[in-house]
Amino acid sequence: MPLLELDGVEARYGPIKALHGVTLTLDEGEVVALLGANGAGKTTTLRAISGTVRRSGGVSFEGRSLGRRSPESIAKLGIAHVPEGRGLFPELTVWENLRMGAYVRGERKTIRAEAPRVLGYFPWLEARKTQQAGTLSGGEQQMLALARALVSRPRLLMLDEPSLGLAPTIVAEIFRIVRELNTEDGLSVLVVEQNAKIALESSARAYVLEVGRIAVEGASAELERHEGVRKSYLGY
Amino acid sequence: MTEFLQQIVSGLASGAIYASLALALVLIYRSTDVINFAQGEMATFTTYTAWSLMHHGLSYWPAFVLTLAIAFSGGVAVERVIIRPVERRPEIVIVIVTIGLLIAINAITGWIWGADVKAFDSPFPNDTWDVHGVTVSIQDVGTFGVCMLTVLLLWGFFRFTTVGLAMRAVAINPNASRLLAVRVGWMLALGWGLAAVLGAVAGMMAAPTVFLDPSMMLVILIYAFAAAVLGGIDSPIGAVVGGLALGVVINLLSRYVNFVGTELRLPTALAILLIVLIIRPQGLFGHKAVRRV
Repeated sequence: MPLLELDGVEARYGPIKALHGVTLTLDEGEVVALLGANGAGKTTTLRAISGTVRRSGGVSFEGRSLGRRSPESIAKLGIAHVPEGRGLFPELTVWENLRMGAYVRGERKTIRAEAPRVLGYFPWLEARKTQQAGTLSGGEQQMLALARALVSRPRLLMLDEPSLGLAPTIVAEIFRIVRELNTEDGLSVLVVEQNAKIALESSARAYVLEVGRIAVEGASAELERHEGVRKSYLGY
Repeated sequence: MTEFLQQIVSGLASGAIYASLALALVLIYRSTDVINFAQGEMATFTTYTAWSLMHHGLSYWPAFVLTLAIAFSGGVAVERVIIRPVERRPEIVIVIVTIGLLIAINAITGWIWGADVKAFDSPFPNDTWDVHGVTVSIQDVGTFGVCMLTVLLLWGFFRFTTVGLAMRAVAINPNASRLLAVRVGWMLALGWGLAAVLGAVAGMMAAPTVFLDPSMMLVILIYAFAAAVLGGIDSPIGAVVGGLALGVVINLLSRYVNFVGTELRLPTALAILLIVLIIRPQGLFGHKAVRRV
């Protein structure tokens, strides 16, 4: 049984349909990439999973249907969604942001138990604990958003364009950490990206979305050689 | 000089009342993005509740505490029942609902307790202390102490508890909070409950001097508006500093500037409000609103 299963998922914003039947699966311990152009429905797919957009069709996690659940109760099942724009609290300190990541599992005991592990991946956060999150650089904010998601020890991590607006070295660093989390802790990751190259290099399988539908799917290594994918998303 | 100090102390006492109510306004403004025009009437209603409790034989402090509990549940209920249905509507809709609430609560208060002015007990002796030649009214010191203690407890709640942290997070980014499993609706309701508690404290502290009548908080609410704007409408510290400063300044002006006297106190507050809005719209501690278009 896959960890996450989407079966013919449709979603709409008011009268505008954004997903026209998306079907995908993600197995436990897998990194899956979701590629596509602007407006293809990548972000909406993540939102359909975390329950922050109106959707129909089957969404199940560990065999349980997410259909009627609220975003709060979906988060409680262990799905950590780092949304578009990172969803940090800029006026709160770095440490308070991390504490909010622990909220879902009982803030006090969780932050005490998980902070050392998470700070192991981002040692520089330690010295920045009392700084307001809004004063961090873009790359640091993205890492804080990732760290905050990890504090909850998620069963599934969903990242929405972690590379957006960041320098290549920082993007490489973020994906290095994601791969490390996957190989060392067996973390399952669903990552949405426009940067197809790094996403394919970092994932086992990938889906390509085109206007609200899955157009291509397969092993990431094969998609890197796929002519259509290469031309449209890798640019050669 | 001693009289000057005395005026400052009594200004701080009324300023503490403005500060409490201003803080209630700021709490709701930060989470709901609107000014709750019914904040004063909610406070009046709870003060009458305290009066009834004491009238039925409860002594002051038990009635005080019980009133705070009633105010809290009332605030939560108002948010859940009246504000929640319009929560996602444009701000102007919510503002109009709070104005409607002001009128409704005012009418209900008059209907239950009548329009005649009632005396309200003070927990503090009507006496003075002599501090190095400065005569200080115990009433003023007590009022100041109770209001500031409430503010301090609230600050501790937001600073040190998990729920307080979650409430601050919701005020900054409700959508991101939801993804972290925070029940945003209940956090908003909790904010209304706490604001109602602050209002109740302000009401019960003001009532012994202004006397109890259905419109007693109307004027205090205007001072609280001025205080909140002076401090910066989105700044809790600003509301407290603004309230205290306003209390002192108004008191000094009405004592030492002849034409202000007692009659022009309220217009003076409005003038301060206007000047702040023109010179420094974000107030002393507030954030400048930056809109990206």
